[in-house]
Amino acid sequence: MKGNEAIAEAAIRAGADGYFGYPITPQSEILEYLMEANPYEKTGMVVLQAESEIAAINMVYGGAGCGKKVMTSSSSPGISLKQEGITYIAGAELPCLIVNVVRGGPGLGTIQPAQSDYFQAVKGGGHGDYHLIVLAPSSVQEMADFVGLAFDLAFKYRNPVMILSDGAIGQMMEKVWLGPQQERSKTVREWATTGKPETRKRNIITSLELDPNRQEIFNLKLIAKYNEIRENEVRFEEFQCEDAEYMLVAYGTSARVCQKAVELSRKQGIKVGLLRPITLFPYPSKQINKLAGKVKLFLAVEMSAGQMVEDVRLAVNGKVPVYHYGRMGGMIPTPDEVVDNLKKLITGN
Amino acid sequence: MKEITGIKEIVKPENLAYKKSTILTKDIMHYCPGCGHSTAHRILAEIIEEEGLQHDTIGVSPVGCSVFLYNYIDIDWQEAAHGRAPAVATGIKRLLPDKFVFTYQGDGDLAAIGTAETIHSCNRGENILIIFINNGIYGMTGGQMAPTTLPGMKSSTSPYGRDVHTMGNPLKMTDIVATLPGTYYVTRQSVHTPANVRKTKKVLRKAVQYQKLNKGTCFVEIVSNCPSGWKMTPVQSNKWLEEHMLPYYPLGDLKTPDEKPVQQSKSE
Repeated sequence: MKGNEAIAEAAIRAGADGYFGYPITPQSEILEYLMEANPYEKTGMVVLQAESEIAAINMVYGGAGCGKKVMTSSSSPGISLKQEGITYIAGAELPCLIVNVVRGGPGLGTIQPAQSDYFQAVKGGGHGDYHLIVLAPSSVQEMADFVGLAFDLAFKYRNPVMILSDGAIGQMMEKVWLGPQQERSKTVREWATTGKPETRKRNIITSLELDPNRQEIFNLKLIAKYNEIRENEVRFEEFQCEDAEYMLVAYGTSARVCQKAVELSRKQGIKVGLLRPITLFPYPSKQINKLAGKVKLFLAVEMSAGQMVEDVRLAVNGKVPVYHYGRMGGMIPTPDEVVDNLKKLITGN
Repeated sequence: MKEITGIKEIVKPENLAYKKSTILTKDIMHYCPGCGHSTAHRILAEIIEEEGLQHDTIGVSPVGCSVFLYNYIDIDWQEAAHGRAPAVATGIKRLLPDKFVFTYQGDGDLAAIGTAETIHSCNRGENILIIFINNGIYGMTGGQMAPTTLPGMKSSTSPYGRDVHTMGNPLKMTDIVATLPGTYYVTRQSVHTPANVRKTKKVLRKAVQYQKLNKGTCFVEIVSNCPSGWKMTPVQSNKWLEEHMLPYYPLGDLKTPDEKPVQQSKSE
């Protein structure tokens, strides 16, 4: 099954209440799959094609404000359009899932895979001080698995969660194990707008505050939440790190390439390991800092001009050199390219 | 005949001519004197109370002067981004189809930045009520030109009057949505005289009741005033509304449920 289809099927099975989308390559299969599956008949899940990405994310806002499990998906240019809605969702502390199947940019760019939306996903994206929880799948299996995880995290922290994928994983076909069908939740969230019963005060979903003192108190509350997320939700995978002298850091499609590069390097006697961040926010900074005490250098491999490498540098904090190797515009680095680059760094040529 | 001498003899339930709606909160409305918003809020609150919908209503407030509407009526609310209220209401109504869902939007919100959301939610026939307050100006940001500002009308961004050749003509969104098959009831009213307030309350109640039928979007425009933005006294503004706004935005139903759908031109 395709990565995009896995997202769609996993959403139905996770008991999602609603999906609101707008077609854009390379992720249109998500909306197409859901329309064909017609889950409304089986589970009551609403699937709607909106008139724009802007409308879709605002439909998500409305549904999330009712305490429902709702989601949207798009690709880079469409995700840019959604940023207004995403910052309102973060500001109103609503849970939801946003899937970004990244393609090359800037502008209309290409329709091939890229990792050039890292800054946008991890550092905020829209205006104001906020963070998404960002999950980076590197297989079709993880595309499916992260849907349920994303909803769990979204509701646990009342925070929007993004699955930051790319066109390669969205389009690639792999075997995938899907969990059983879960029932849609009947829980009425105490903060949600469901029609005010006599037993509680009215709920207002808003991100507006005229008093700067109160806004700052709210900002501090958000920071406390993000720190709690940093403390509890860091996820990563280590590959041959135990005896490594050189460390690759890569996520998503690049991590698959780097895993092969590790194998190739080791055949040549170079002790290389790979750290694959699974959560990009929160970032596995502590683990990278720990590894910095053991290895000679870090090489961040990304399908971008060098975005995640900045977080590696922050985590390493000057202990050892940190380098970047990247391809752009929809190009994917090969394992040989990574090995060659690493060798040059080791030998200083 | 017994002569009325004391206040106690007058204050009796049978003499009660008007009572503040119990679902209007104690917050003092922030509107300028003479503004139509407070009257529109009041009749909306009265209808929600009288129809027994307080516990089944979710309102969507806009960005604009009525951004704090959620402070004044004791129901569940969502505050939408500028222009996005119909999309937010779509999300709410699709997931909670048994609830009464409405948006309350000004002309800048609904007819400029939210044009796409307005037209498409009406075109899909979302079972929501859209209340559209048209006072021909951006009030909250200080009196700038709106899509509904009349030709020649002065504002802070059309200081020499709206020049239709460079700034376009006023957009009649209500007329546009009336042509869409997805709308069920489309009307234009005003709240500048007691008679118009009564009429508006009557049609607004109908629009609220229609939502139970699941037959499509109800759209109620209320032509209103903006004494501060228009730089007039409340009385002058109501007179100006009658003399200038109403000829351009004539009151009355644009589409009623008994009417046949507006003829659409056949596609070639």
